[in-house]
Amino acid sequence: MKNIRNFCIIAHIDHGKSTLADRLLQTTGTISDREMQNQALDDMDLERERGITIKSHAIQMNYKHEGQDYILNLIDTPGHVDFSYEVSRSIAACEGALLIVDASQGIEAQTISNLYLAIEHDLEIIPILNKMDLPGAMPEEVSDQIIDLIGCKMEDIIPASGKTGLGVDKILEAVINRIPAPKGDENAPLQAMIFDSVFNPFRGIIAYFRVRNGVLRKGDRVKFFNTGRDYNADEIGILKINPSLHPRNEIKAGDVGYIISGIKQANEVKVGDTITLLENPCLESIKGFEDVKPMVFAGIYPVDTEDYEELRYSMEKLQLNDSSLVFEPESSAALGFGFRCGFLGMLHMEIIQERLEREFNMTVITTVPNVSYYAYMKKNVNDRLIVNNPSELPDPSGMDRIEEPYIKAQVITKSEYVGAIMTLCIEKRGELRNQVYLTQDRVELTFEMPLAEIVFDFYDRLKSVSRGYASFDYHPVGYKESDLVKMDLLLNAEQVDALSALVHRSNAFNLGKKLCLKLKELIPRQQFEIPVQAAIGAKIIARETIKALRKDVTAKCYGGDISRKRKLLEKQKEGKKRMRQVGRVEIPQDAFMAILKLND
Amino acid sequence: MAGIYIHIPFCKKKCTYCDFHFSTTYHVYRTKMIAAICSEIILRKPYLNVDSSNPTIETIYFGGGTPSLLNKKEILTILNLIKENFEIIPNPEITLEANPDDLSIEKLKDFKAVGINRLSIGLQSFREEDLKWMNRAHTAEESFNCIQLAQQIGYDNISIDLIYGLPNLSLAEWEQTVQTAIDLNVQHISAYCLTVEGKTALKKWVDQSKISVANEEQQSEQFELLIEKLEKAQIFQYEISNFSKINLESKHNSSYWKGTYYLGVGPSAHSYNGNTRSWNIANNINYIKAIQNQSVWFETETLSAKDKFNEYLLTGLRMKIGVDLSKLFKIIQAPKSFSEKLNEFINTAWIVQKKEQITLTKEGKLRADYIASELFL
Repeated sequence: MKNIRNFCIIAHIDHGKSTLADRLLQTTGTISDREMQNQALDDMDLERERGITIKSHAIQMNYKHEGQDYILNLIDTPGHVDFSYEVSRSIAACEGALLIVDASQGIEAQTISNLYLAIEHDLEIIPILNKMDLPGAMPEEVSDQIIDLIGCKMEDIIPASGKTGLGVDKILEAVINRIPAPKGDENAPLQAMIFDSVFNPFRGIIAYFRVRNGVLRKGDRVKFFNTGRDYNADEIGILKINPSLHPRNEIKAGDVGYIISGIKQANEVKVGDTITLLENPCLESIKGFEDVKPMVFAGIYPVDTEDYEELRYSMEKLQLNDSSLVFEPESSAALGFGFRCGFLGMLHMEIIQERLEREFNMTVITTVPNVSYYAYMKKNVNDRLIVNNPSELPDPSGMDRIEEPYIKAQVITKSEYVGAIMTLCIEKRGELRNQVYLTQDRVELTFEMPLAEIVFDFYDRLKSVSRGYASFDYHPVGYKESDLVKMDLLLNAEQVDALSALVHRSNAFNLGKKLCLKLKELIPRQQFEIPVQAAIGAKIIARETIKALRKDVTAKCYGGDISRKRKLLEKQKEGKKRMRQVGRVEIPQDAFMAILKLND
Repeated sequence: MAGIYIHIPFCKKKCTYCDFHFSTTYHVYRTKMIAAICSEIILRKPYLNVDSSNPTIETIYFGGGTPSLLNKKEILTILNLIKENFEIIPNPEITLEANPDDLSIEKLKDFKAVGINRLSIGLQSFREEDLKWMNRAHTAEESFNCIQLAQQIGYDNISIDLIYGLPNLSLAEWEQTVQTAIDLNVQHISAYCLTVEGKTALKKWVDQSKISVANEEQQSEQFELLIEKLEKAQIFQYEISNFSKINLESKHNSSYWKGTYYLGVGPSAHSYNGNTRSWNIANNINYIKAIQNQSVWFETETLSAKDKFNEYLLTGLRMKIGVDLSKLFKIIQAPKSFSEKLNEFINTAWIVQKKEQITLTKEGKLRADYIASELFL
């Protein structure tokens, strides 16, 4: 056990985590130069494209240092606020963390919140200044930020570059010398924590775990503490690259491994759960387990109503390796049959939508996302009704009050953008709670604001008002009463349920106006005039008109034009197939997300 | 029956709204181009011979570009070659597109002498300001003169091109234009709504808001006025953009809409033989080289039954005679959704049906593309 080191990496998107990790794999011979596909750790196409890690990964490296053989387990963490619970579990599986900071950019909000998590778990932090090769590197300034944050010494910070390989040996040396070896009792009853799981179409669910105490042997009868289910440890082993699974007969306390036990459903394997033996169980589970709850909800509908069953099948398949995705059938007058889905956050929602398209070839209509509201009825003011879909909101006359989820939002930015960001956050019903200058030029702003406001075009606007120099992180802080009203949208005098949204009363007029304008832009002109109206109850608060199609005819159609014209019109017709008909109005898919693009 | 189209890809100047294929440096390789076109006529001879029927040629059309740049000898060379290689009916329709500035007495006489019996003259507008921004090579005065001249010389089948929807063209001014056209006593009028095509100077100006073209409402008004006014003058709309006195429709252009076979020679020219459509390279130098080397100078697509169905709808609906449903359903028996859509358009009075024949109403003509696409398979 004394030669095992378990560590993770904390870094902001684009700070070079994957490239540096690849260097570690290369230097330790875990991956050959030939196999080195850039960013070996991110193995989903989507992850590689977006430059973020969605799922955790674990890789074991062997390294000889001063005549001793060491086992280094690198546990990669997801890099987005949507997955902060998974991050916390990965951190709990480690004794140390590499804090990678881009020397040309400095610390970002995401890094700070994950760093605090690591410090909370008593991890040894090894600060690394990455991208030292860049001409824009500001090592002194960024070092000061790091020292401020974690109270380390200047000489503790390792200058590195994933690109040139600078500092990689020093990092490995620090991992061995500075990170403590795991503690645990091999003779105690088995106690292992699941920090991630993946779905393999041939093997079922593969769960990744870290053994705290005891030994897991092949063939053991194991029990998952929180779900209470028991399985056979059909195969256990360690994780490497190509092939990733290396079977072993036993995994001992302190080490990291995988288990395959014929589990078919991802939701049976919960991140943070404790694995123990059925025969000789540990007395208590490992602390910190949570059942992850979805934060953002949206309807997902097949473009072609006939594809409903296929969509269900695809979603079930997706759920196999993404247990945080929840869904239940719902129907909409406008969109027919579909599913109301719960996501961890906006990125998670986008990922699901993209995976449906890429992996299952399913084109879907996603409705405007919303959060989970609590409605309290007058009849019984303590009776709480959970509203995950605006169209399910009870009649206002019978309601006592509505509560919505609030978050604590952390923004780190350059001082010159503070004004613009404050204006944005206040517009989004945020209240400034704290403002701290991390350095002369970098400010950390803390707001309390409704989660629903983050769902509507917040990220894009934050990015634009700060020219990209703002990082953002948030945590839920509970529910608060709010003056919310349901705003409905009417097309050609017919209400389109999928376009309803709960909005703050003070914002309704403005939003209604903007939404009508946006819909006017997105819905193509049709054979008749279409009024676009926003309404609260029976009261129309905004109106626009989509004029009737008056003229659509090509002037010239001679010998050379026929083929081209036919193809053009065929394409138009094909495009119309993807639209949804509500009453007599044909609505293109993107109109259902119009509310998210009001400021485009 | 069949037609032959000869594309003459040269112009004196580039018109600001035009995206047709042509070059203004024709003098450099004019001889080579004529030679290449002549070679192509011989090489492509088998194209129209689909089921060993060798259709007779009833129409020949010199289009462009500006075919009126050609001299007597060049036209004669091409026409003689066609006569040597194809069977031609007596008195075929032979059209030449011409710009007013080219039509001197001598040229008009020359063209007549070599057998041109129909002129399609690119007048475009009678307003001097329009001709200026369009970068046309002629003046309004030249327009009047050349028509009178041609009529004096004995041309009795003249077509003129007009454009509406022009920047700042009021309805009254357009009415004046149409009246002027009627007074010229021509047999045929092609009237096009100004279309802002990509990659033209006009497109750039519109994007930069330097020029604003008519809005849909104005375009529709001008279109409707055109139809009514010409009809009163006994010039009837037989296709969306084409009007003629009785029995003086363009036979050649009608072949495009009626599904008659045609062979197109010259850069960018298109051909059709019932089963395939093909189109030539749209680059003068590459065209000449490819013909010289007898390498590939055209692409071909084979039409599926669905393609044929859609094309018949697209072209048929543009014509006064409309679409014959029995003929249409011989290509493919249309699904139920087709008749549902059709009924919808009959109900909105955009289409009328008489027995097996469906035609667009006046309102329907304004939306011909939309209706065709909706009825497509």
